[in-house]
Amino acid sequence: MPAVSKGDGMRGLAVFISDIRNCKSKEAEVKRINKELANIRSKFKGDKALDGYSKKKYVCKLLFIFLLGHDIDFGHMEAVNLLSSNKYTEKQIGYLFISVLVNSNSDLIRLINNAIKNDLTSRNPTFMNLALHCIANVGSREMAEAFASEIPRILVAGDTMDSVKQSAALCLLRLNRTSPDLVPMGEWTARVVHLLNDQHLGVVTAATSLITTLAQKNPDDFKTSVSLAVARLSRIVTSASIDLQDYTYYFVAAPWLSVKLLRLLQSYPPPEDAALRSRLTECLETILNKAQEPPKSKKVQHSNAKNAVLFEAIALIIHHDSEPTLLVRACNQLGQFLQHRETNLRYLALESMCTLASSEFSHEAVKTHMETVINALKTERDVSVRQRAVDLLYAMCDRSNAKQIVAEMLSYLETADYSIREEIVLKVAILAEKYAVDYTWYVDTILNLIRIAGDYVSEEVWYRVIQIVINRDDVQGYAAKTVFEALQAPACHENLVKVGGYILGEFGNLIAGDSRSSPLVQFNLLHSKFHLCSVPTRALLLSAYIKFINLFPEVKATIQDVLRSDSQLRNADVELQQRAVEYLRLSCIASTDILATVLEEMPPFPERESSILAKLKKKKGPGKLPDMDDSRRSVNGSTEHSENTDTTNKGSTHSFTDVLNLNSTPSSGASLLIDVFSESSAPPAAIDVSEENFPRFVCKNNGVIYENQLLQIGLKSEYRQNLGRMYVFYGNKTSTQFLSFSSSSPPQLNVHPKAADPMIEGGAQMQQILNIECVSDFRDAPVLNIQFRYGGTLQNIAVKLPVMLNKFFQPTEMMSQDFFQRWKQLGAPQQEVQKIFKAKHPMDTEVTKAKILGFGVALLDGVDPNPANFVGAGVIHTKTTQVGCLLRLEPNMQAQMYRLTLRTSRDSVSQRLCELLSDQF
Amino acid sequence: MKVNRQGKLRLQKWFTSMSDREKKKIIRDMTTMVLARQARSCNFLQWKDLKIIYKRYASLYFCLAVESQENELLALEIIHRYVELLDKYFGNVCELDIIFNFEKAYFILDEFLMGGEIQETSKQIVNRSIEASDMLQELGGYAAGCPSLSPPRSL
Repeated sequence: MPAVSKGDGMRGLAVFISDIRNCKSKEAEVKRINKELANIRSKFKGDKALDGYSKKKYVCKLLFIFLLGHDIDFGHMEAVNLLSSNKYTEKQIGYLFISVLVNSNSDLIRLINNAIKNDLTSRNPTFMNLALHCIANVGSREMAEAFASEIPRILVAGDTMDSVKQSAALCLLRLNRTSPDLVPMGEWTARVVHLLNDQHLGVVTAATSLITTLAQKNPDDFKTSVSLAVARLSRIVTSASIDLQDYTYYFVAAPWLSVKLLRLLQSYPPPEDAALRSRLTECLETILNKAQEPPKSKKVQHSNAKNAVLFEAIALIIHHDSEPTLLVRACNQLGQFLQHRETNLRYLALESMCTLASSEFSHEAVKTHMETVINALKTERDVSVRQRAVDLLYAMCDRSNAKQIVAEMLSYLETADYSIREEIVLKVAILAEKYAVDYTWYVDTILNLIRIAGDYVSEEVWYRVIQIVINRDDVQGYAAKTVFEALQAPACHENLVKVGGYILGEFGNLIAGDSRSSPLVQFNLLHSKFHLCSVPTRALLLSAYIKFINLFPEVKATIQDVLRSDSQLRNADVELQQRAVEYLRLSCIASTDILATVLEEMPPFPERESSILAKLKKKKGPGKLPDMDDSRRSVNGSTEHSENTDTTNKGSTHSFTDVLNLNSTPSSGASLLIDVFSESSAPPAAIDVSEENFPRFVCKNNGVIYENQLLQIGLKSEYRQNLGRMYVFYGNKTSTQFLSFSSSSPPQLNVHPKAADPMIEGGAQMQQILNIECVSDFRDAPVLNIQFRYGGTLQNIAVKLPVMLNKFFQPTEMMSQDFFQRWKQLGAPQQEVQKIFKAKHPMDTEVTKAKILGFGVALLDGVDPNPANFVGAGVIHTKTTQVGCLLRLEPNMQAQMYRLTLRTSRDSVSQRLCELLSDQF
Repeated sequence: MKVNRQGKLRLQKWFTSMSDREKKKIIRDMTTMVLARQARSCNFLQWKDLKIIYKRYASLYFCLAVESQENELLALEIIHRYVELLDKYFGNVCELDIIFNFEKAYFILDEFLMGGEIQETSKQIVNRSIEASDMLQELGGYAAGCPSLSPPRSL
């Protein structure tokens, strides 16, 4: 063992390690360690000053003990002392201990910082490297504060050694990651970019890592790096494998640097300069060509390094998403890998094909590999590869192959690993919904899902199927028939009972004509499952029964008998008992008319994002799903219902078992209590201003602004220049009168309410008109205060009225030329406000257009060179002045981000408009 | 972040700050996942939002956890390059070398990686600088020559 005799040995340490290894049992080991700890402690505390060597040895032992998994709570001080030793070995061990054991918020940081500072200024490259490593390893805020301005200087100084430059670059990168605010940008940035031209490839590699991270945060500052990176990449790609000497790794030229350069280029769009662009395309083509060449070595390292570059190049091609030929070539290359004997390559090919599938240029090309992928699903031995295959099938699915893919996924589900079943269930449910042309297929698919993997079918999935059946008339009869048949199975999953109970309760009448599924048969079928089910399902079934009483008077007596039985009326579960009691009473005393009203068919559900999709997103993390936003429209066609039913049905998605709960008492117990003690007490001074619906009115003028159990307030408004008129509708939702009704609003913004009637009858609606005048630009919306007396209680409600600055927009059409001229005129820094934000809703072009129009500006076509961007213009009218306003919205589908830029002649206006609009996407 | 193990942890290195509790949990999770893998499965695993890349060399598993946009194949080669460096330094490295000279294993890792990014990909340069620092150690001059403790098992 010649190499180990290099450097120093610490005999005591070696002996200690041997001792530990010779320990026969865990107890013996712990005993030995405790003995050693006691020894070290006494040495450290002893009167005799330790020499450097002993200190080093003991610190090293502590480190070893720590690495065995024991806690170390002393020795830090000694380690810090070692830092200031001028013996390299001692310093090194000191730094090692600190990097491994000191976490970022230790009290010793100040002492450590001092030692580091000394080493950084020592001009000894080895010491400087140790110090930089320590900063990078600890990376705490205090360290960033102390050194963030020093390190850039070291990095770009002319006389710094190459190895120190490398360390400085990476150290800066680490600090930038932990405390980006502390690393100042400055004149050094330009010089860092030029490190890409450095002769030393190690420096270039380190600098590329740094620039990539910085460029992602400040793309504009590092734009010049693109051309340098392309040039560098081109030189590497075309070099013969020996040119780069030791940077050639198993016959591959500088794979790490190549990958980093390709990554850097992924921070930018394709270069605009034609020459640069064609040079880059050439590079990428060369990389793709090389994949076809015979390997220069049989070693796996060669193929790994080569393919690493290839995959990164493909990632860049996908990122640019602009060269159809390259995309298709990339896809074919990946296709070859799908059948490669290396599992790793198959895995990665499946993974990158997933992203390729979402590009319009290569979607079709990806689809040609469907059979291979399906085969992978069946034959791969490794579950993580199968998981990728499922992801890819999901990504490549469209209307043309949906039936086949869903069928394959369903059949795979029967044997799938438990760990990925739930995800597959979600995926199948989404695909079936999204690509259903024929909803009978959808219903069949979901019922199959429940049959095959009932345990993995989450609530969201079966809620969704019910939403869809209720919203679509054409499938209701089929659904009723199918669930009826499915329930015939002797053992069926509880989720099926839930779906069955709900659907038969609503639409059982559609199949009651057939004697084989007469009301009584249906009821007996459901009831045969009742006793095997959990409480929530039983509750749901009870609700289905009362619905039956309404649908089929002929089974009323049978059901009443069931409800009346002791097992229901005296059920130990409060919820079941209450339902049984109430339903029984309801069926006995209510007239047919009342029954029919109370138990009416459920109204259609409002449109919303599929809760399943939301769940899958949550599971996978944002940004990992291909854009599926059109699923909303494809399912229910129209969104007209949402206006009226949105608020009333809010609770229903959360729990279907509650939709039939007839027991909601209008006034809460708490307010009754207060009432008893102080009949005429003044209302609490500060009441919460309701503004939860406020943001929804930014881009529209009508809708429900407020609703509670008693009162619903709807709005209709219209605006012209600086004037507006708002119709406020107060709906009394109770059956009793509201007395001494009054509403008022503060005087700001010149809101003039016309007096309202002091009384609203039960169930009636009252209208009030507000006239609004915008005097000058403003931020805060007026608040409408409402007071009334309901059943002896004084009710106080405050609602923020959706009067925002953008309501006073007049759209302005203009030509591209005018737009840019004005855009330039509004170039002062305070006139522009820009915001970059994550999309909160699916990024749909039509929806975005509608929102921008709703915002009040004119949408200008053909102004922005990039057709995906939106450009708008308008003028805000106030009584005193008019403010011109230009806006530009740039969506970035891939990152799911928007950038919104507003320029107006007034900074407060830019600011406010930006806040209002950016919230809408 | 880098963890080597064989059921037992031999070396760990973290490039992001985390509490000790989190670290212990991550180590436990990773160990169970990686050790449960069958031979000849692929070397990559998805774990929360990270990718785990692992490779087995004799009795040791070398694992890396990297962010999702990192290049997997090259991460695998980072492991390999590190093993090569150890090999070169110790002359046919084995687990015992790493146990007894853990501080050296750390120094080599530090020469090679910094803050989670690769610092120097050239084997020659890394070796040269490791040798250089060993020279410094000898100049520092303490107890030269350590007894050979046990014959290295070949990898």
